[in-house]
Amino acid sequence: MDFTDLTIKSASELLSQKKVSALELAQMSLKRIKEVDDKLHAFLYVAEKESLESAKHTDEMIIADHEHSALTGIPYAVKDNILVKGMQATAASKILENYKATFDATVIRKLKQVSPTMMGKTNLDEFGMGVSTENSAFGPTKNPYDLSRVPGGSSGGSAAAVAAGEVLFALGTDTGGSSRQPASFCGVVGFKPTYGRTSRHGLIALGSSLDQPGILAKTVEDTATIFQIMAGQDELDTTTLPKPVPDYSKFLKENLKGLKIGVPKEYFAAGLDPEVKTIIEQGIKKFEELGAQVSEMSLPNVKYALSAYYIILPVEISANLSRYDGIRFGLSAPGKNLEEVYYNTRSAGFGAEPKRRIMIGTYASSAGYYDAYYKKAKLAQGLIRDDFKKAFEKVDLIVTPTSPNVAFKFGEKTSNPLSAYLEDIFTGPLNIAGIPGLVVPGGLTKQGLPVGIQLIANHFAEEKLFMAGHALEQSLNLKLKPNI
Amino acid sequence: MSISLEEVNKIAKLARLTFSDAEKQKLQQELSAILDYVDQLKELSGKTSFQITDDPDAVNLVRDDVVDAQINPQEFLAQVPAREGKFIKVKSVLE
Repeated sequence: MDFTDLTIKSASELLSQKKVSALELAQMSLKRIKEVDDKLHAFLYVAEKESLESAKHTDEMIIADHEHSALTGIPYAVKDNILVKGMQATAASKILENYKATFDATVIRKLKQVSPTMMGKTNLDEFGMGVSTENSAFGPTKNPYDLSRVPGGSSGGSAAAVAAGEVLFALGTDTGGSSRQPASFCGVVGFKPTYGRTSRHGLIALGSSLDQPGILAKTVEDTATIFQIMAGQDELDTTTLPKPVPDYSKFLKENLKGLKIGVPKEYFAAGLDPEVKTIIEQGIKKFEELGAQVSEMSLPNVKYALSAYYIILPVEISANLSRYDGIRFGLSAPGKNLEEVYYNTRSAGFGAEPKRRIMIGTYASSAGYYDAYYKKAKLAQGLIRDDFKKAFEKVDLIVTPTSPNVAFKFGEKTSNPLSAYLEDIFTGPLNIAGIPGLVVPGGLTKQGLPVGIQLIANHFAEEKLFMAGHALEQSLNLKLKPNI
Repeated sequence: MSISLEEVNKIAKLARLTFSDAEKQKLQQELSAILDYVDQLKELSGKTSFQITDDPDAVNLVRDDVVDAQINPQEFLAQVPAREGKFIKVKSVLE
């Protein structure tokens, strides 16, 4: 059995048939991590001892209960900005280097109820601010398809860990594309739920009105299985809504007869890499073959999405990151009075990108500038949300590229922060509108680099993403695997 | 430059961040480039129409103010950089 070929579904079947134990799966995961992670640096912490103990306990439980969930005993990883009690949660920042989580995030608590095996914490851009993991205070993660290229970000560690077969799935977060763009770059499935569908409790806050936990997995079916556990209202996150969670497995069909798909022309303008374009167009053709009706459409205000995003997000960052003051937790740098402790702690603890965003956010929300920037950004947000709302009166799904380009080389976008910000151009509008998105691998370029197709649905219509994503994946039958 | 060095100084003070002169000059350029980009928002006119949600299920939630035994104060206090017993120790606020 090759561990790197396993999916959640196949590993769970092997567990049921007693052909493998949870402990053996955890050992195989650790072996693979030891084999490749020196090259990749997907992990910031490998939970060797904890995972083996947990897997042993899971095996005892399986023997006692004779029944288990599809996720029981499945090795997975968690982005290091999600709290797992007793474990580090650095958010890849020096300011939280020695912090230990004092409680479980709701998504972790829910997962623990079905006992998958947590293998460790994965790398990210500091606090989730970035598109390449180059902003991690602990060094970047590398793309398993080409070690000279970035894995995407901010959930680059999670995407690389799944792509390289270190774990069978990983949790990420998604504020502007942080789970979807790395999925596209690493050839795995990436998912962001509707804002309000999944609890943010225990996620280290970046942009509270935009953040959602994300999923990185090998197949759409696996993604739906994980999301089934994570979704739903949580009293500890009052922005989650009391919507019933459907049985997502019922929607995984092979036929898309009658499904209406819109293709927004704004997403195919100049600047889109021609090879990326070809792969997306091939995917759209597949949808037609599967019975979907495809039509061109327009989202006229989506061109304002990135501007709105890079005002709203920094404003929320400047407020959320004010809690890192050297008093309550994390790094504390000495100073002769309280104010100096603040200055010294924050200046020593935050990297260049968080500082930059705190500065923009402070500026855009300060007296005299609030009307010119923040209010205009909120106006744009309303217009973009209305664009999508109107679109979903006519279509069930929207299909677009995930990123204008494939995984880029290290250093390519570090000298100019704005060029990195433009990476979110296709993914950010979903967070601005609060709608869900799924990225499914669409193919490889001539150079062998993956390209992901982004599917977009209306609020709380995740099942349509899984339905179309699953059908596309089955029909493309790519079975991507990096040579590492 | 859509932002001056004085403004960079002022924001840095509000954000409780210190920068070297070279860093300030770089920030001035970077922030100006970002602000130039988002300037396209000035084309938009009208009133803010955005609401966080218009979903009828979105209602304000309250829960009872009861002690949650899952949270252990000792574990939280263990994360505090400086403490004395159960108190958090801070530098003097007033000179």
